[in-house]
Amino acid sequence: MADNFDYTVVDSIVDELGAAESSIIAILQAVQEHYRYLPREIFPHIAKRIGVSEVRIYSVATFYENFSLEPKGKFVIKVCDGTACHVRKSIPILERLRSELGLSAEKSTTDDLGFTVETVSCLGACGLAPVITVNDKVYPAMTPDKASELIKSLKEEV
Amino acid sequence: MEKAKKEYMLIDGMPVEINGEKNLLELIRKTGIKMPTFCYHTELSIYGACRMCMVENKWGGLDAACSTIPKAGMEIRTNTERLRKYRKNILELLLANHCRDCTVCVNNGKCKLQALAAQFHIMNVRFPNTASTPVIDDSSACIVKDTSKCILCGDCVRVCNEIQNVGAIDFAHRGSKMTISTAFNIPLAQSPCVGCGQCAAACPTGAITIKSNVSEVWKALDDKDTKTTVQVAPAVRVALGKELGLREGEDAMGRIVAALHKMGFDEVFDTSTGADLTVLEETDELLGRLADDKAPLPLFTSCCPAWIQYCENNYPELMPHVSSCRSPMEMFAAILHEESKNSAKKHYHVAVMPCTAKKFEAKRDELKLDGKDPVDAVITTQELIRMIKEIGIAFEDLEPEAPDAPYAGHSGSAVIFGVSGGVTEAVLRRISPDKTRTGLNAIAYQGIRGLEGAKYTEVEYEGRTLKIAVVSGLKNASDLIERIRAGEHFDIVEVMACPGGCINGGGQPFITSEYKQLRSDGLYSADKLCSVKRSEENHLTAILYDGILRDKTHELLHVKYDRK
Repeated sequence: MADNFDYTVVDSIVDELGAAESSIIAILQAVQEHYRYLPREIFPHIAKRIGVSEVRIYSVATFYENFSLEPKGKFVIKVCDGTACHVRKSIPILERLRSELGLSAEKSTTDDLGFTVETVSCLGACGLAPVITVNDKVYPAMTPDKASELIKSLKEEV
Repeated sequence: MEKAKKEYMLIDGMPVEINGEKNLLELIRKTGIKMPTFCYHTELSIYGACRMCMVENKWGGLDAACSTIPKAGMEIRTNTERLRKYRKNILELLLANHCRDCTVCVNNGKCKLQALAAQFHIMNVRFPNTASTPVIDDSSACIVKDTSKCILCGDCVRVCNEIQNVGAIDFAHRGSKMTISTAFNIPLAQSPCVGCGQCAAACPTGAITIKSNVSEVWKALDDKDTKTTVQVAPAVRVALGKELGLREGEDAMGRIVAALHKMGFDEVFDTSTGADLTVLEETDELLGRLADDKAPLPLFTSCCPAWIQYCENNYPELMPHVSSCRSPMEMFAAILHEESKNSAKKHYHVAVMPCTAKKFEAKRDELKLDGKDPVDAVITTQELIRMIKEIGIAFEDLEPEAPDAPYAGHSGSAVIFGVSGGVTEAVLRRISPDKTRTGLNAIAYQGIRGLEGAKYTEVEYEGRTLKIAVVSGLKNASDLIERIRAGEHFDIVEVMACPGGCINGGGQPFITSEYKQLRSDGLYSADKLCSVKRSEENHLTAILYDGILRDKTHELLHVKYDRK
């Protein structure tokens, strides 16, 4: 694989969290926080560092919905589709976001790696429904039109 | 120490003594009840996934027998209306998303799902069949994986990780999307898989099976312009009998030779002859290294192709330690190649092996001679059984025959290659100055026989003490290598990838642990029946060294593995 991958970040994460099998999840979370996804290059490297097989780490990474093996956009938009948001019409917001960005259920990230749109089951902010978050900043009481405007302003920052 | 008071529990109303069994399932089996299970193997960790071994306790609760520790006073029932219903339900659910075309499945007749469905008389599955189309990975030369036939028992994953420490496969994804996969679902051939086939042996269904080379062998046998020769490895003779009407562990070599002649092979040989050459070459190599201060020690054996690949993958720096000897199969094939290479008739050479990894070895570039693979096809013991059944040979009625001249004849040292410790014992017989029967017995009781995964011994040789380790199961090999890296010294290390050696190879018919000893006993009694015990006393080797091997020993019997 790419030999020019810089492993300093991964190495310092492993050093900090401990090179042990029990640290796999924590290590993957920290790596994902840095890269916004789990680059394929890190798998054999982490496997070697903590002495487990590469496929074991792949197994953990694919088990949890929260880990992504695909690069994510600069702006990760999470549309809450928990019960409260759903009944207050979260789906039209999701559909608007997807159509504005040319995305779908299968394709969640734009080709320029600007945006990722995904659904989550509940953000725990039911009082503010329907809710979306952009890189963990909360936008309450959304509507499809508000979503369009938000996209417009974010596009300028991409 | 005084023995503690006996403890009892009730199984189906019968008092049963608890004798340290690690789980209820083992205890129940001792009472003569065959508990159904998919995911329980004595040698593996307990997973408790299939729920087939559920029992009912006295309060009406259900416990999985495999993961419940027997305790004094426990009362359980193994067979109630409720349990039968649950077991049927589990089977129906498994069958609901499983291919049911049993008649055209590779594993037809050997499948545990098929067998349990018959045992529990499943005549109808109430759920619609949602089986996916086959998802086949046949990139490996050794095994074929079809995830659509997988029941997610995890046996293969645990064998690959716990016994072999290879870690080529694991569960991926979750819930209904869960599969057994390599990292990033790359083809098996590109994964760390070493082809040992232990996953295929453990797989209860047709999800992981041995890659078959039977049809190309039939084709060669049918070709009138081709001379077909075949060699049979030591471990094969004690493993195929049971499926063909003999006892487990019974030496069936005479009948195998007869069957192969009947199939149309022009010449049938015994790989043991090659093993004798291996003993001589490997001993010379060992003595050479002992005499040279700079030579790498320990000397690792090189007969096992799965071990070679494991070493290349994980410990490339140790490859100079690995003996340069070709495996017995390749040595013997090299001689046949040398003999026939100038012949006008095409020569097709088949090896019958207990091993799936040999299929990969046979295709290795480093072993090619004059640009050709010395072994054209490797078939496993299981495939040989299939061929014998296919043409309807009544195996148990065959008159035993001897292998063909001029390469008939081997020592007892060679035939025990098929069991862990055999190679070491053969080398010790060669270097021991005591050539009496007492000397042989002393070596036999040195502690290198037996099915344990790691065995150690020491012998005196010319004023120095040689430290010897014999390991089987690649996890045991890697544990030993860690000790060597930490500074422990050994002179000889014998490694066999499959637990107990080739007798339990991935290509052998699968047996549960209680039968494994029988195969080992079978080989040691075959050794007893050999009039020649030591490889150097096999006159054939002298003839070969003076003939075909003159000035060609290195080229034909040695190799330098150099994987890109």
